[in-house]
Amino acid sequence: MNPFETFIQQLINGLTIGMIYALIALGYTMVYGIIQLINFAHGEIFITGAFFALAVFGLFPHTPQFNSVLALVLAFGAAMAGCGFLGVVIERIAYRPLRKAPRLACLITAIGVSFILQNVLMLIWGPVDKSFPAFFKHSALTFGSLRVTFMQGFIIITSLVMMIALRFFVTRTMLGKALRAASADMTAARLMGINVDKVISICFLIGSALGGAGGVMYGMYYNTISFHDGYLVGIKAFTAAVLGGIGNVPGAMLGGIALGMLEGLGAGYLSSAWKNVFAFLILVILLLCWPSGILRKSRNE
Amino acid sequence: MNKRAITAYQKKGKFSRWAMSAVVLLILVVLPFFNHNEYHLEVLVSAGIFAILVLGLNVMTGYCGLLNLGQAAFFASGAYTYALLNVKLGLSFWVSLPACVISSAALGLLFGSCVLRLKGDYLALVTLGFGEIIRITLNNMDSLTGGPNGLTVSHPLIGFADKSFDFGIKSMPYYYLTLLAIIVIVIITNRLASSRFGRAWVAIKEDEVAAACMGINTGKLKLLAFCVGSAIAGFAGWLFAGKQGFVSPDSFDFITSIMLVAMLVLGGIGSIAGSIVGAVALTLLPEILRPLQEYRMFLFGAVMMVMMLFRPQGILGGVRILEEFRPENERVRQEEDEVLGEGLKQ
Repeated sequence: MNPFETFIQQLINGLTIGMIYALIALGYTMVYGIIQLINFAHGEIFITGAFFALAVFGLFPHTPQFNSVLALVLAFGAAMAGCGFLGVVIERIAYRPLRKAPRLACLITAIGVSFILQNVLMLIWGPVDKSFPAFFKHSALTFGSLRVTFMQGFIIITSLVMMIALRFFVTRTMLGKALRAASADMTAARLMGINVDKVISICFLIGSALGGAGGVMYGMYYNTISFHDGYLVGIKAFTAAVLGGIGNVPGAMLGGIALGMLEGLGAGYLSSAWKNVFAFLILVILLLCWPSGILRKSRNE
Repeated sequence: MNKRAITAYQKKGKFSRWAMSAVVLLILVVLPFFNHNEYHLEVLVSAGIFAILVLGLNVMTGYCGLLNLGQAAFFASGAYTYALLNVKLGLSFWVSLPACVISSAALGLLFGSCVLRLKGDYLALVTLGFGEIIRITLNNMDSLTGGPNGLTVSHPLIGFADKSFDFGIKSMPYYYLTLLAIIVIVIITNRLASSRFGRAWVAIKEDEVAAACMGINTGKLKLLAFCVGSAIAGFAGWLFAGKQGFVSPDSFDFITSIMLVAMLVLGGIGSIAGSIVGAVALTLLPEILRPLQEYRMFLFGAVMMVMMLFRPQGILGGVRILEEFRPENERVRQEEDEVLGEGLKQ
């Protein structure tokens, strides 16, 4: 493999994980855009999605060649529906009563919710790492010495489809318009007859469902999941959201992809022990030098 | 309320507070004579060290409104400074103290001067990232810090001429040392709170623009609050390393930082007594819930959530803080403005 091909291979690996970050980042950015809350529990919602999928796979008999397409579709369905519902419930119980409270109270609540979710996962599925069934692991497209596994292709294409669908929803539908209005100015939106509480619920629903889908992909890609994985991936996804400009939907997609590629290159060329330091360094440097992100959203402070 | 009434009110509050503190202190001093249980003392010592950390965080977050989610990094810097001085240079526990405090303060100064122009959530995130960078760095620099295996350091030793007293592994000496340390920190932060700096910090927390208009150098004062808070954390780190006789990056993870913020908010943000009560409560709670085994952390999260719903100002939060946390705080602000308007008319 020549150096150029290695570089491209690292980029492809980075793109795959970047797509997962992007899906999770969408949840952060949508919630932040509308109620200015860093939803610390989103990382846990994401990993809950992976556990929901695991529960679905458990229903299928353990034959080497089981009907994987059906299982996969059901797993995605369960994870997205389950996480979406979870997100809406959390918003209703924990965040709505604090709508007008100062940020610190919401932040502490979010941390409390994240503790609760993490421990519920541990109570149900146990503290040990769970292995995730492998899908299209060994089939790959090869271009010269470059190798793109079917799974990488599946992750990239599925997340692209979801993002395009979200983009369509936000820009072309009535509800999407209401969402944009509420995030621009909540009071004005309410005066225009928009049911802001409903819009916020929908925001949590979509964000959490996308996060859940990201969780299934994460499980498929790494093959093991653990109840405390949510926190680290959550922080990285948040970094991606900041990278793209927080509150900005296309920005979160670009930010996730950029972060995944940077991390892939960093881990490939420097050292994988420092992999997580890159993400945090990018977060710190970015917030200091370029807090508005790649796609800046004009906002009067 | 006229000025004389205010002064009388303050004096009355001061007396009862002094009496209360004296009683609590007396109980704490005699406690080990009645309770010889090593485990109880051990838990109290760690509660005490957390109390010092929360008092430091209270200076940043409670007084000045700078939310710091990376306090564990400054804690680590104090602990590792002692560990390195002890292991590499053979310095004793007591001699290392100034270096531990100064190294943490310097780290706070360096980091604070870069990031303090950020506000609110953004500042919280940068400090979070900083905390993790420090922890991972300590974890990866095997040759210097021993990596995940940590460093073994010597316990404190007091020597008089030819006789010497080793603190060893029993909790009793550390209990009194921690108690003394808390008293010192309480006095320092209490004096700071009512000083010129303390009042300026509260002004910055309430309204930064207004504070700047009043001639407060907000940048410098925020940096000062950050440095004081990190120096106190370094002090706690020094104590922690001496008591444990061992340091490893695991003690300084993100959860520690988050717990410190939770202690502060649950105890009552901005209140010294609240900081201590919060630290003790959240250290004891998991121990009390221990019979519930794996449900305890779940309950812990639930307590945090329910607390924010029903008592957002914390256990010992004052009226002023209560009003700030209320949804209808606009009303309070309006009342204040009216009072201010009356004052201006006269």
